[in-house]
Amino acid sequence: MILVYIDTAEKQITKSSYEAATYGAELAEKMGTTAEAIVLGTVTDDLAALGNYGIKKVHTVADTKLDSFDAQAFTKVLAQVAAGFEVVVFTNNSTAKAVAPRLSVRLKAGLVAGAVALPDLSDGFVVKKSVFSGKAFANIKVTTEKKIISLNVNAFRTTKTEGTAEVVAFDATVEEGRVKVVKVDKVEGDISLTEADTVVSAGRGMKGPENWGMIEELAGLLGAATACSRPVSDMDWRPHHEHVGQTGLAIAPNLYIAVGISGAIQHLAGVNRSKTIVVINKDPEAPFFKAADYGIVGDAFEVLPKIIEAVKKIKAG
Amino acid sequence: MKILVCISKTPDTTAKIAFSDNNTKFEEQGVQWIINPYDEWYALVRAIELKEADPSTILHLVNVGAADNDPIIRKALALGGDEAIRVNSTEGDSFNIAAQISAIATEGGYDLILTGKETIDYNGSSIGGMIAESLDLPYISHAIKLDLAGSDATVVREIEGGEETDTVTLPAVISCQKGMAEQRIPNMKGIMGARSKPLTVKEPTAAESYTTVASYDLPPAKQGVKLIPADTPEELVRILHEEAKVI
Ligand SMILES: Cc1cc2nc3c(=O)[nH]c(=O)nc-3n(C[C@H](O)[C@H](O)[C@H](O)COP(=O)(O)OP(=O)(O)OC[C@H]3O[C@@H](n4cnc5c(N)ncnc54)[C@H](O)[C@@H]3O)c2cc1C
Ligand SMILES: Nc1ncnc2c1ncn2[C@@H]1O[C@H](COP(=O)(O)O)[C@@H](O)[C@H]1O
Repeated sequence: MILVYIDTAEKQITKSSYEAATYGAELAEKMGTTAEAIVLGTVTDDLAALGNYGIKKVHTVADTKLDSFDAQAFTKVLAQVAAGFEVVVFTNNSTAKAVAPRLSVRLKAGLVAGAVALPDLSDGFVVKKSVFSGKAFANIKVTTEKKIISLNVNAFRTTKTEGTAEVVAFDATVEEGRVKVVKVDKVEGDISLTEADTVVSAGRGMKGPENWGMIEELAGLLGAATACSRPVSDMDWRPHHEHVGQTGLAIAPNLYIAVGISGAIQHLAGVNRSKTIVVINKDPEAPFFKAADYGIVGDAFEVLPKIIEAVKKIKAG
Repeated sequence: MKILVCISKTPDTTAKIAFSDNNTKFEEQGVQWIINPYDEWYALVRAIELKEADPSTILHLVNVGAADNDPIIRKALALGGDEAIRVNSTEGDSFNIAAQISAIATEGGYDLILTGKETIDYNGSSIGGMIAESLDLPYISHAIKLDLAGSDATVVREIEGGEETDTVTLPAVISCQKGMAEQRIPNMKGIMGARSKPLTVKEPTAAESYTTVASYDLPPAKQGVKLIPADTPEELVRILHEEAKVI
């Protein structure tokens, strides 16, 4: 059986958890078994609706001690739930990166962190994962009886069908975490950059922080998150958490629009898994064009206002 | 205070990624090796800062790898740290590397174990958490800030769309990323001094591996960019809407 860990933020199921649910359900079908899910702490969403993503049963441990994140306490609970399962699936976010490696040791289960596809079962259990910061893939053979897969965010679609999952309380022993969460600062009104379908990103070509109005306007119209190149965050034109690339966040949105970014290899490392890449740069020799699907060679300050107008027209129908 | 920093060796960020032996081996020909940026700029430099703030701090570095990792270890020692340990092992997955480091950590009795957020070649983000579980220690991943008051640590970690502030009592394992510290360049004194710092080589302890790399693939090449004239950006919007269907 497959167990999918459903992650929550502010008591709601995160978007990428639905990707993990779909993945788990498809894996279960491939292995001739069923997929169930586990949710820790207080959740306000309708958990039975996970049935729409192919989950048959949802186990809950609604202990308020789990409303505060501690990787060790979470791992101890998950290990109890996972006892009867062959594969545990996570969405590879900040929770999974802290918990999945611990669970791997505790369950003696080989971990593939950063998976991008369903396992190939033709010769053992082989999972494709992203390596070299998006520049290549490795096919990882898991040789342990139990397996853990942490699926890269945005690497797998969600498929919605009809279904209702049975929701059952799991009677677990829950410990107080040794890590105390003192506070959580959310960036107000932001769309999570790693989960966003569309990202509008800009670089040093924007000349200064005062020119980000256009970037934010375009992002707002597209329901997109904003990102930036490293020098832009280093100069404090934009907050650090927007920095994408080799040393920043790695993202894989459906659409990545890069404005005034040269496309250095370290920048590409964080964005080259994006499905469609659009580049706006005044230099036809900018390396980013080689990695792009669509491009405009032109001055962002002239091109962007026209793009914003055209998007407004589409959005108005 | 006794700190252990885990240092790994990775290809330079501009290295050409290619594979040989039927796509089963990373092609090392012509590759420049560096200290994994997260380990160097953030974990190591923050540890050095903590030692500067409290000179009684003992700072050790550990690497799991072959003798050809020694130049990288010396480079790390040139930045700071009292001594380094290399576990002479090349075979082994993340679990195995974590088991080697855990053995060293048990022997050394460290208060704080720092790793990078991830290696830029394997992108596992796993070894820190595996060490923590093996040693039954608390683990805080993706830390962007770390302050100590005696054995009480305050850590800020990055989470999706925000930041979380945590407190924990040491010993603990913490993985580090941007924000922790500023990159440093080793100076001449550091480079000279590094030559005489102890670099102890230890043989690996027996440990399993849970995974192996069966093969590598390169992503399919891009089709080539479709350029839209700068005087008709609305055409780009139309294509994205009607043809690519991404907006
Ligand atoms: C180890 C290492 C790690 C790194 N990690 C990262 C990382 O994680 N992320 C990252 O982004 N970088 C990273 N870098 C830095 C990277 O090498 C580049 O220096 C950086 O990405 C360049 O940022 P940029 O494209 O904004 O600026 P620039 O390279 O200065 O490019 C600006 C671009 O804007 C264009 N432009 C200028 N004016 C206009 C205009 N009016 N209209 C349209 N276009 C215009 C220019 O033609 C140019 O192509 C790293 C470097 C190293 C060595
Ligand atoms: N061979 C190694 N020797 C010592 N430390 C390592 C080694 N490999 C990885 N690490 C540490 O573990 C962190 C996470 O690695 P990974 O799980 O591969 O992404 C790295 O940033 C290093 O701090």
